[in-house]
Amino acid sequence: MEDFLTQLTSKYNFWAYIVLMMVGLYAMIAKGNLIKKLIGLSIFQTAIMLFYVAIGSKAGATIPILRDHTLKGVIDFVEYINPLPHVLMLTAIVVSVATLGVALALVLRVYDVHQTLEEDEILEKIKNP
Amino acid sequence: MIWEIKLLALILVIVCAIAAINAKDLLSAAVIFGIYSFMMCVQWLAMGAVDVAFTEAAIGAGISTALMLAAIFRTSRRTKD
Amino acid sequence: MKKTALLAVILTGALLILSMENFPSWGDVQSPASLHLSRHFIEKSYEQTLTPNLVTAVLGDYRGFDTMLETVVVFTAALACFLVIRLPRDVCTPGLFYYRHTRTGLVVRKHDACELPGENPTFERVDSDWPPHDVVVVSTCRMVIPFIQLFGLYVVAHGHYSPGGGFQGGVIFAASYVLLAVSHDLRTLVHRLNERVTHLLSAAGVLLFFGVGLFGMAMGLNFLDYGALEGVLGMSLASGHSLGILLVEIGVGMTVTAALVIIFKLLSSRGTVTEGL
Repeated sequence: MEDFLTQLTSKYNFWAYIVLMMVGLYAMIAKGNLIKKLIGLSIFQTAIMLFYVAIGSKAGATIPILRDHTLKGVIDFVEYINPLPHVLMLTAIVVSVATLGVALALVLRVYDVHQTLEEDEILEKIKNP
Repeated sequence: MIWEIKLLALILVIVCAIAAINAKDLLSAAVIFGIYSFMMCVQWLAMGAVDVAFTEAAIGAGISTALMLAAIFRTSRRTKD
Repeated sequence: MKKTALLAVILTGALLILSMENFPSWGDVQSPASLHLSRHFIEKSYEQTLTPNLVTAVLGDYRGFDTMLETVVVFTAALACFLVIRLPRDVCTPGLFYYRHTRTGLVVRKHDACELPGENPTFERVDSDWPPHDVVVVSTCRMVIPFIQLFGLYVVAHGHYSPGGGFQGGVIFAASYVLLAVSHDLRTLVHRLNERVTHLLSAAGVLLFFGVGLFGMAMGLNFLDYGALEGVLGMSLASGHSLGILLVEIGVGMTVTAALVIIFKLLSSRGTVTEGL
């Protein structure tokens, strides 16, 4: 039990990311409105991005921009945060807004055909047109 | 002191996420989602990922809210859940 | 349905939380993710690329191939949006069309306006579902937009030394055009930046990126090897890499700006690109 409590306090960030991810997953499964589903998708994406960036954090390190731009002196890798997850997630954010645009275009098309955004009403209209 | 502020921002992110998916109106859901993105940007700043925070502030809180509002403006604000 | 979903979500969350003891602890310097490759990036990238911002160096140089294909994804998204909701240009949709007399402010309503009056200085078209324009909003945005665009260019050009780069600068540039469309109307945006320009710009950004890569091949090196710029311009190897990163970031910025403007135009006008938010 004590072991569990120390884990809870030392890794509370990971707990929060898992909760966020599950909020997004729940919205994608249970909500009937198409735009609500897209919001859930975005929440899920950002939770995974948070997890990636959190993996690369270092205690006592600073942002990944070099302090003095000279070639003299040794750069110690302990002083700077790992830049690799930042690069991966930066491109992922831009791609997520592009895919959100395509998804909203599809939602507009669905609304043009069925005049509703609710999943159950759309299914009803497909069944008996 | 600093970790209490970080914890508060983290709790605020979760509250915004739950509020965004439970809002009774799509317009308010989109606006709360913009607030969520901004709090996410604060999270990234707290972790020292300045480039990612900059991107999220420009994209999540700016452009994607605008795209979502445009789509809601062209469809309907009504939602059942 | 909702109960099943809640059950599945709680089960998945519990499994994830159980696996959490294998995660490295928070802020661990010795965690596996920050030992092998990132150590090389942090210690060597300045002497190889002369770029103090490590994120830009990794994004533009070490992972250039990845970034190129991400740019292609953004371009493809704009293309997909265009193909899904753009309506044909010469379809005459019946409906109401509103015109405002510029001197008096009177609004005239017209049915079946298939042949729209072209460049008529006394009448201007107004949106049918949007209130008349507000002088305060319009003139404030007219003053603010040039500064936003200047800031966007600064972010692209200064990405080597501070947070920023092609993606962020491109998004800020696109946001200035979105502000123009929201404060004035969509026709002003289309007049300034018509569809032909945005489509060409989004393709040109990707082609610039490919071009820098092919230039490396033409000089007998690998694809996307910016060392090729060194021999032509007579600079050191590291500044060749720095220049290569700048060229690539400009390409990324062009594509992102154009793609986001295309997506916004299509979404806010439901594919007609005449009246919008």
